[in-house]
Amino acid sequence: MNIGYYPGCALHGSSIDYETSVRACMKALDVQLDELDDWICCGATAAHCINHKLSVALPARNLGIAEKMKMDKLFAPCPMCSMELKKASDELKANPELRKEMAEIVETPVDGTVDVVNLIQVFQTVGFDAIAEKAKEKLWRFKPACYYGCLLTRPPKTLQFDDPEDPTSMEELLKKLGAEPVDWNSKTVCCGAGLTLADEPAVAEQVRKILQDALDNGANCVVVACPMCQVNLDMRQADAKKLGLTQDVPIFFLSDLVALAVGLEGKDLDFAKRYVAIPNEMKKTDPKPEDPKPAKPVAAKKEGAAQ
Amino acid sequence: MEKPNDPRARVEELAQTKLSDCYQCGKCTAGCPRGADMDLPPTRMMRAAQLGQIEEASKADSIWRCLSCLTCSARCPKSVNVSGVVDALRQIAVETNSVSPKSAKIIGFQKAFLRNVRRNGRTNEVEMASDFEIRYFFRRFDVMNVVNTGLLGPKMIARGKMHFAIGSPVKDKALVKRIFDKCKVEL
Repeated sequence: MNIGYYPGCALHGSSIDYETSVRACMKALDVQLDELDDWICCGATAAHCINHKLSVALPARNLGIAEKMKMDKLFAPCPMCSMELKKASDELKANPELRKEMAEIVETPVDGTVDVVNLIQVFQTVGFDAIAEKAKEKLWRFKPACYYGCLLTRPPKTLQFDDPEDPTSMEELLKKLGAEPVDWNSKTVCCGAGLTLADEPAVAEQVRKILQDALDNGANCVVVACPMCQVNLDMRQADAKKLGLTQDVPIFFLSDLVALAVGLEGKDLDFAKRYVAIPNEMKKTDPKPEDPKPAKPVAAKKEGAAQ
Repeated sequence: MEKPNDPRARVEELAQTKLSDCYQCGKCTAGCPRGADMDLPPTRMMRAAQLGQIEEASKADSIWRCLSCLTCSARCPKSVNVSGVVDALRQIAVETNSVSPKSAKIIGFQKAFLRNVRRNGRTNEVEMASDFEIRYFFRRFDVMNVVNTGLLGPKMIARGKMHFAIGSPVKDKALVKRIFDKCKVEL
C-alpha cells in the first residue's frame, strides 16, 4: 500500500525518534510512505492564535502540493498537523471564495479534496486483524494507558474520529496484539501542549495529573500517537516528579508497540532517545513464561515413547 | 449586531460562530484544564464578548493561559466555537498591541515560532529557542528561565533531539515569506 506522507517539523526535530518509529513500523507493515514535495510547517498553535488567515494558508499550501501529486490520502503522524490540515481542507471545501483567495496566496490551486489521516487511521486502513496476523509474539508485558490527548479527536466535527469523550481505537488495536490496556480517566486531558517552553509549571502539573492517573489505574506504560504529548509526558516527567508523581512511566508511541509486536526491537525504534529509560523487558516481545508452548512438545514425546 | 463597526462582528467572523448562541451554562469552564487559573474563565469571557466588551476581554491574561485543547468547543451544548473566540481575542490583542503583560513570555514564544517558520519554512528548534530566550531575557531579565531552558538543551542534544541545521531544508523559502506577507502577519 502507498500513502502520501507529511512528516511535519517535530518529526524532523525534537521528535526524530517518532519518525524512526513510524518509518520502521510502516516498512514492517508494507506501507510505502511517499513524502510530500517541499512541504512547509502547518503553523500549529502559533498561527491560529495570531493570524487566522495564515492558519489556513500554511496547511493550504501543503494540501495544494498533495493535490498536484495526485495523492488521495495524506498521512500526518502529528495530530496538530493532521488537525490543521483537515480544518483547512474543510474550510476550503465549503467556501469557493476562500479557494480562490488561497490559490492566490499559496500560489497553487487548492480544493481541499485530499483525505488527511492520523497514525491510528493508517493502522485501521491496513486492518487491525491483518496487523494481528503479522504479530510474532503477544505484547503480554504491556499494560498501557492509551492516551489520546486533544487533537486526535477534537474538534470532533472536523476530525470525525472515534468518541471525543471516550476514544477506544488504540485499546482495540493493542488488545488484538495481546496487550492489556487499562481503563482510566485522563485519556483526553490536555498535556499542556505547545506551552512546554512558554509555561513550564502549567505543563508539569498537567503531566503529573495524567501520569499519576495512569499509575493509579494499574498501567505500566503510557501509549501516545502525538509527538507533543510524547515529549511533554517524557521530557517533563522529571518536573512532574518534583510535584509528587510517584514513579517513572515509560512513554511509547503507538507505532513502537505495533513494531515490537511484528518483531522489531528497541534499537530499531530509537528507544535510546527517550528521557525516561525504557525497561529492558519492554525493548522486545518475548514468549510468556507460563506459556505452555515450549514445554508441551517434550511432554508429548515422552507419552509417545511410553506407548 | 445592528451598529456598524460592532467589534463583535469581527470576533464572530474570525471564530465562525454566533456569540448570542451561548446561554451561559458553564460547561466550558467546568471542563477547562486551566479554568482555575484564569482571570476571565471561558463562560465569563463569552459573556463579555456577548456584551461587546471585546477590548476588555482581549486584554485578559486568561486568553493566553488557554492551552487550545478544544475541550470547551467540543463539549458546548450549543456548538459555540469557544476556543475560536479565544483565538479571535488573541489575534485582536496582538493587532492592537494589548497583550496582557503577564503573558509576554507566551506571546513571545508564539511570535518566535512564526518568525522561524517565516524564515525557514519549517521550524528549526535551536534557532527558535535561542530567538525566544534571548528576546525574553532582554525584556524580563528572567535569569532562571534562561537557566532552566539552558539545562534542557544539553539533555536534548545528548539524545540527538536538538538539531543545529534542518535535515531537509525547504527549497522555496521565498514563497513562504510571500505567504506570510500576503496574510499580513506582523511579528
